[in-house]
Amino acid sequence: MYAYIARRLLATLPVMAVVGIAVFLLLHLTPGDPAVVIAGDYARPEDIAKIRERLGLNRPLYIQFFSWVGNLIQGDLGTSIFSNLPVSKLIGQRLEPTLALAIATIVFAILVAVPMGVIAAWKAGSLADRLIMVFAVLGFSVPVFVIGYAMMWLFSITLGWFPVQGYKPIGDGFWPFLQSITLPTVALGIIYVALIARITRASMLEVLTEDYMRTAKAKGLDNNTLLIRHALRNASVPIVTIIGIGVALLIGGVVVTESVFNIPGLGRLTIDAVLRRDYPIIQGVILIFSGAYVFVNLAIDLSYTILDPRIRY
Amino acid sequence: MVDAPVDSVLAAELEEERPRPGLLARARDYARRHPTVVIGGGLLLIMAIVAIIAPLIAPDPLRLNPINRLKPPGEKFWFGADFLGRDVYARTVYGGQISLIVGLAVAAVSTVIGLAIGLTAGYVRWVDAIVMRIMDGLMAIPGVLLAIALISLAGASVTNVIIAITIPEVPRVVRLVRAVVLTVREQPYVEAAVSVGTRLPKILVKHILPNTLAPLIVQATYVCASAVVIEAILSFLGAGTPPEIPSWGNIMAEGRTYFQIAPWMIFFPGIFLAITVLAVNILGDGLRDSLDPRIARRM
Repeated sequence: MYAYIARRLLATLPVMAVVGIAVFLLLHLTPGDPAVVIAGDYARPEDIAKIRERLGLNRPLYIQFFSWVGNLIQGDLGTSIFSNLPVSKLIGQRLEPTLALAIATIVFAILVAVPMGVIAAWKAGSLADRLIMVFAVLGFSVPVFVIGYAMMWLFSITLGWFPVQGYKPIGDGFWPFLQSITLPTVALGIIYVALIARITRASMLEVLTEDYMRTAKAKGLDNNTLLIRHALRNASVPIVTIIGIGVALLIGGVVVTESVFNIPGLGRLTIDAVLRRDYPIIQGVILIFSGAYVFVNLAIDLSYTILDPRIRY
Repeated sequence: MVDAPVDSVLAAELEEERPRPGLLARARDYARRHPTVVIGGGLLLIMAIVAIIAPLIAPDPLRLNPINRLKPPGEKFWFGADFLGRDVYARTVYGGQISLIVGLAVAAVSTVIGLAIGLTAGYVRWVDAIVMRIMDGLMAIPGVLLAIALISLAGASVTNVIIAITIPEVPRVVRLVRAVVLTVREQPYVEAAVSVGTRLPKILVKHILPNTLAPLIVQATYVCASAVVIEAILSFLGAGTPPEIPSWGNIMAEGRTYFQIAPWMIFFPGIFLAITVLAVNILGDGLRDSLDPRIARRM
């Protein structure tokens, strides 16, 4: 087991190395002088020279790369061109809203989607199953910003139940925080709910036909024990896997949702950086998000042995 | 000589007597068995036709008409007017052109590139080790973020949007093709081809490629749906199609400021976008069920 964990940890190194190289090369693979690209259309030659000097773009490429990696290992993600503040500090300031939104969405999605998938599989072919499957297809197809604006129009503007936009940190009180995060969570969570519900149903359908399920039923177990302890536990590996894969969808969605609901998180930081061509911030945010994705999927891989004792490494 | 069993002779005769169903009958039968393909394909076809004949059914989407600015939907402006008095109906109908061009182009380009890389990686061991590490790394970067970063550097244009969305989609296609190749390469007919000295390109194209086509077609529809959404996201965030070109994301982005007083600027392009993505996804599900019945039974 420990050997497997070590092997799996080592396997993330080449992935993160490729991410690092790709993020570093992005700036250099685009046509033209990177300093000119960052400076924008109306920059003066001295501005361009200043940017070139500050980012070390006048040094050979391999030296730039190794010095960038060296700084990265020490936790230095560079300095913002626009605000002159360290990127790690800017990311730290914006982390809370994004983390809150992401965690709330994952919790909401699991709490809604897993029971939906279980019911759909348990009552396969029934009206409930069909309705859940229609929702799964619809939820997967309606983009997050369309759902976000529709919900904002109905629940905030028309009914006045929630604030239209903005974010209240949890430190300002739990109720205002909950009010500000509810609509973004549901809007962002719907696509995730659709994805998880679909896989839960598929995975449960397969488990429900197993012999041990018939045996459990013959023993006279009640439905709850049967479904949760025997079926769901055995169906959990694909469900947990899809939750991990869905994190990529979630990250893309966070950027858009924060824009729709005016939440000052990492997504908004990225968009502002893109509009100002503040490249060190874009690099930093991509690295952080990719690292989070790799880490979540590593944790999920390692959780398989806990979820299913038949899996041994 | 051994006589053929009576049953099989009878069956063969019956087969000869029974007329082969016509094309229309076969199409009807297919539609009955796979209604989702017809519904998804039909919806998509309608959206495509509307986008193509936009110049015939809608006025100029760029014509400014300040006197009618933010006019709600009505007889003159079916979907209302935007903050410059432009017709939202015309802009929405024209916007479909960009979404469909981007969706189809990304699906086609990423499929072709992914197929070429996947075939080679799946069959040639030493290429596999290197290529798959690169693909794993690229897949770890969230697609929307990678596309945003590429556009911010390369500049906003339809071609750049297509390239920026294609790059994150390619690894998904490569993985799928490689998985199929790894299974197929162990089949006896491939071993037979190798043993008679068939050259590698011929093995790949003639013996392995045909096996990847069914899952690839299904994957291409999902890539298309994802590309349409990502294009809209990029434009919505101001990092996609140039603002002067009406695309669903651009129209919605312009509507953000006026959302509380003119929600039609967001709702109509949003509805068209959702219907298009839904159509492509339904078509993809239908094709998957039709081309791979094993998965169909489970989903």
